[in-house]
Amino acid sequence: MSTQLPKQTEKTDETAAETETDVPSKGDERRAEKRRRADERRRQREAEEAERAAADEHTVELRVFRYDPDVEGKQEPRFDTFHVPFEKGMTVLDALMYARDTYDSSLTFRHSCRQAVCGSDAMFVNGGQKLACKTQIDELEEPIRVEPLPHAEVTKDLVVDLEHFYDQMEAVEPYFQTNEYPDGELEEQRQTRENREKIKMSTRCIWCSACMSSCNIAAGDNEYLGPAAINKAYRFAMDEREGEDVKQKRLEIIEQEHGVWRCQTMFSCTEVCPKDIPLTEHIQELKREAVKNNLKFW
Amino acid sequence: MYEHDVVVVGAGGAGLRAAIAAQEEGADVAIVSKLHPVRSHTGAAEGGINAALRDADSWEDHAYDTMKGSDYLGDAPAVEALCKESPEEVIQLEHWGMPFSREEDGRVSQRPFGGLSFPRTTYAGAETGHQMLHTMYEQVVKRGITVYDEWHVMDLVVTDEEDPADRTCHGVVAYDIQRGEVDGFRASGGVILATGGMGQVFDHTTNAVANTGDGVAMAYRAGVPMEDMEFIQFHPTTLPSTGVLISEGVRGEGGILYNEKGERFMFEHGYANNDGELASRDVVSRAELTEVNEGRGIEDEYVHLDMRHLGEERILDRLENILHLAEDFEGADGLTEPMPVKPGQHYAMGGIETNEHGETVIDGLYAAGECACASVHGANRLGGNALPELIVFGKRAGHHAAGKEMDAAEIPTGKTGDWEPAEYEFEVDVGVVGDRGPAAADGGAVAADAEGLIQAEIERARERVEDLLARKGRNHAEIRSAVQKTMTANVNVFREEEGLKRSLSDLREAREAYTEVAVSDPSRTFNTDLIHTMETRNILDIAEALAMGALARREFRGAHWRKERQERDDENWLKHTLVSWNDGEPELWYKPAILEGEAKTYEPKVRSY
Repeated sequence: MSTQLPKQTEKTDETAAETETDVPSKGDERRAEKRRRADERRRQREAEEAERAAADEHTVELRVFRYDPDVEGKQEPRFDTFHVPFEKGMTVLDALMYARDTYDSSLTFRHSCRQAVCGSDAMFVNGGQKLACKTQIDELEEPIRVEPLPHAEVTKDLVVDLEHFYDQMEAVEPYFQTNEYPDGELEEQRQTRENREKIKMSTRCIWCSACMSSCNIAAGDNEYLGPAAINKAYRFAMDEREGEDVKQKRLEIIEQEHGVWRCQTMFSCTEVCPKDIPLTEHIQELKREAVKNNLKFW
Repeated sequence: MYEHDVVVVGAGGAGLRAAIAAQEEGADVAIVSKLHPVRSHTGAAEGGINAALRDADSWEDHAYDTMKGSDYLGDAPAVEALCKESPEEVIQLEHWGMPFSREEDGRVSQRPFGGLSFPRTTYAGAETGHQMLHTMYEQVVKRGITVYDEWHVMDLVVTDEEDPADRTCHGVVAYDIQRGEVDGFRASGGVILATGGMGQVFDHTTNAVANTGDGVAMAYRAGVPMEDMEFIQFHPTTLPSTGVLISEGVRGEGGILYNEKGERFMFEHGYANNDGELASRDVVSRAELTEVNEGRGIEDEYVHLDMRHLGEERILDRLENILHLAEDFEGADGLTEPMPVKPGQHYAMGGIETNEHGETVIDGLYAAGECACASVHGANRLGGNALPELIVFGKRAGHHAAGKEMDAAEIPTGKTGDWEPAEYEFEVDVGVVGDRGPAAADGGAVAADAEGLIQAEIERARERVEDLLARKGRNHAEIRSAVQKTMTANVNVFREEEGLKRSLSDLREAREAYTEVAVSDPSRTFNTDLIHTMETRNILDIAEALAMGALARREFRGAHWRKERQERDDENWLKHTLVSWNDGEPELWYKPAILEGEAKTYEPKVRSY
C-alpha cells in the first residue's frame, strides 16, 4: 500500500528556495519563523494533550497523516498525535471532528452525512479502508493510525483526489437505457421482485472508492475500470427493464481490455465495502455472462 | 468568469431535477455545489415519495391531507401543484430506472405514512433518497451537464435597487475549494438555489454537516424574505447519540412506540387515539418528549421503537437499511430488541419565499427544495412530501429559468397584496453588528452592467477571503456550537417566551463574537476551516430570523408549540411569517395563507389523528 503525493517539482516556492540558498530573502526568513512558531505550537499542544491523557484514562490516541502542499512545515508528510476524550459509541469521524474543532482547525477531511450514505469519509484506518463515520473507536487498537486512501493522490491531510475514480464510474455509461416504454400515461415499466432483488445490492454503492483503493489490480493498471464501476455496469446489465440490445452493449464495455478480465478475484474490494456489496461475485457473474454471450455467436 | 444560461446552486434532488429540466428546455446549464452531487443529503432520505398513482387514490385527497397536515398554513396553489404533478414525476424517475420496491405484479409498491388517507408513499426499501439521488445524477451524466463540484457559493450577484422587487440576479460568486480561488458565474437566464436544509442551526439533527442553509442566508441578505422560519420539523424517531434518522417507514409498516413502563403511550396516554404511532410527526415528537418530561422516558432521554413483531422477512425486505443504521450508530439489533429513539431536528418547513414556479421576488433568482418555501408544508410537513417537492418544484424552477412558457403564478412574492407589518418589539438588537456600511443588498456593489457587477463582487469576495485568512481572532467552531446549543435548548419542540428571548440574546452574543472570527489554516488547498467559517455566518443569520419568528408567533400551529397559548389561533395567525434583511436591519412582517384552491377552499378544521 502506498500513499501517493503529487509531484512537487512545479512548486515555485521550492525552486525559489533552491536558487537562493546563500542569501535568504525576507520571505524565506518570515516563512522559517512561521514554521518555527507553528512547530512550537504543535509541540506545546501535543504536550498539553498528553498531559490531559495521562490525567484521564478515557482518551484515545490518534496518529493522523498530515500533508499540505501549500503550507510551510506541512509539505513534508508527517503524523500528528491527538488525544481525544472517549465517549461511548464514538466513531473515528467523531474523534477527528473533535480533534479539529478543539485542537487544530486546519485538520482536513471530507465528511457530510455522518451515517454512511454520502460516501465522503473513506480513509485508511489502522491499515484498512473504512468509512470513518461507521467505524467504532472501541473496536480499534491504539494508537489509531488514520491515513488518506492509498492509491489515490493526496490533496491535503486525509483528502484524496477522486477525479480518476469518477472518470472510471462514468466510463461504463452509468445510466438507464431502454427503447421500450409502456404505452399508457402514468404507467411504469414492470419489474419482478426477483429482478429487483437481483440488482438491489449493486444499487447500494455510495461511491466512497474504498474498493478501488483496496484493489491491487487498479493500483497497477490505471485504466482498469475497478470494482465500483464494474458493479455499476452490473446494476444495469442485470436490470431486466433495459432489454437485450442494451445488455449486449454493456457486456462489450465491461469486456474491454481493462474490464472484468483483469480481476483476479482477490476479494479485497468485497472485504472493504462498507455497504456489503458482493463486488467480486458481481464481477465474476459478469465474466460468466460475457462468456455465455460470446458462445452465442459461435 | 464562467457563463451559462442557468446556474443551479446545489446538487441534491431539487438541484439535479432543476438542471435536467432547464437542459430539456434547451438551456446551457451548470451546477455549482460544495459537494460532489452523490454526496448530497437527499441521499439520506429513507421513507418515500407520496404520489397518487392508483385509481382508488386521487391528487385531491393528497392535497387535502397535505393542507390538513400543514395546519392550514400551506398555500393551496403550491400544494395542488405538488399533488397533481407528483405522479408523473415518480413515473419519470421509474422510467429513468430508479429501483423502486415492487409488488407481485411488478408495479411500484406504496405504503402507509403518517397523516395520509391512502397508502401512497412510493419507496425503494428504506433508502428511497439514495436511489433517487443516484438515478438523477445518472441522468446528469448522460446529458453531459456541467458540474462544478467542491465549489462553495459565497454570495449572489444582485443589483442594489432600493426595493428588492426591482432587483435582478445576474449570477453568483464562488470559492473553488480544491484550488483556493474565487471566481464568478454569470447566469443570463437565472440562478436556482437548491441548497437544501439548515439543520446545523441545531445540535441534534438528522441533517448532514453540510446542511448550513447557505442558499437561504444568501438570498436573505440579497433582499428575499425568509418565510415561516419558525416551523421546524422535529422527527420523532432519531437515534439518541448521533441524530441518525430511523425512517417513519418503520411505523408505516407497523412499528410500535413504548415508554419505560412498556405502555403504548400514543394510545394509552391519548395523544392520538385513532392513528397512534402514525399520527403527524409533530404530534408524535411532542408525545415522546412529554413522556420523558413526565418521568416515563428511558434513561430520562428517549423511548423505544419496536419492530420485532414484523418478523425478519418483512424487515429485511422493506426496512433492511434500518437494521444497519441501528446497529452501526447505536449498537442496537432491531431484530431482537427495541431501538432507542428521540425527536431530532429534521426539516425546515420555511425558507426562501417563492411562488409555485420557484420564482423569488428578485428577478432571475429561483429557489426549490428544502431551502425554498412555496409553501407546500405550511406549519408541518407530512412524511413522504419532501421528495416529491424536490422533483416537482425543481422541474418547475428549471423550466421557468430556461424560458418555458408557464401560467401566471397565483402566489404573490414580496410586499404585495395584503401584507401587514408585525407589531412585535424585540428587546434585543437583531441584524448586523456595528456599522452596516454603504452596500444595499449584502452583495450589492454599484456597477453599470452585469459583467461589471460580477467582477466587482468577485473582488469583494476575494477581499473577504484574504481578510479572513490574514486576521487573528476566534475560531468559528465555538461560535457555531454556542448557536446550536441555545437553539436546541430554547427553540426546540416546546417553546416558551423566556427561552425564546434568551435565544435571541445568546445569538446577539454569537454575532458579536463573529465580528472577531478568523481562519487559522493559511492554506489555499482544501481549506475547510475557511468554508466552515463562512457557513457559520449563514447559520447565524438563519438562527436569528428563526428565533424572531418563533418569539412573535404566540399560538400553537403544527410544529410550532407555545406554552403561552397552547391552541391554534386562526383569527390572528392564519398567516405566513416573513423576515426581510433590509440591509442589515431585519424586519418582521406577515402575509395571509392562501386556502383557495383550484376548485375548493380548504376550510381550517381541528387537526386530530
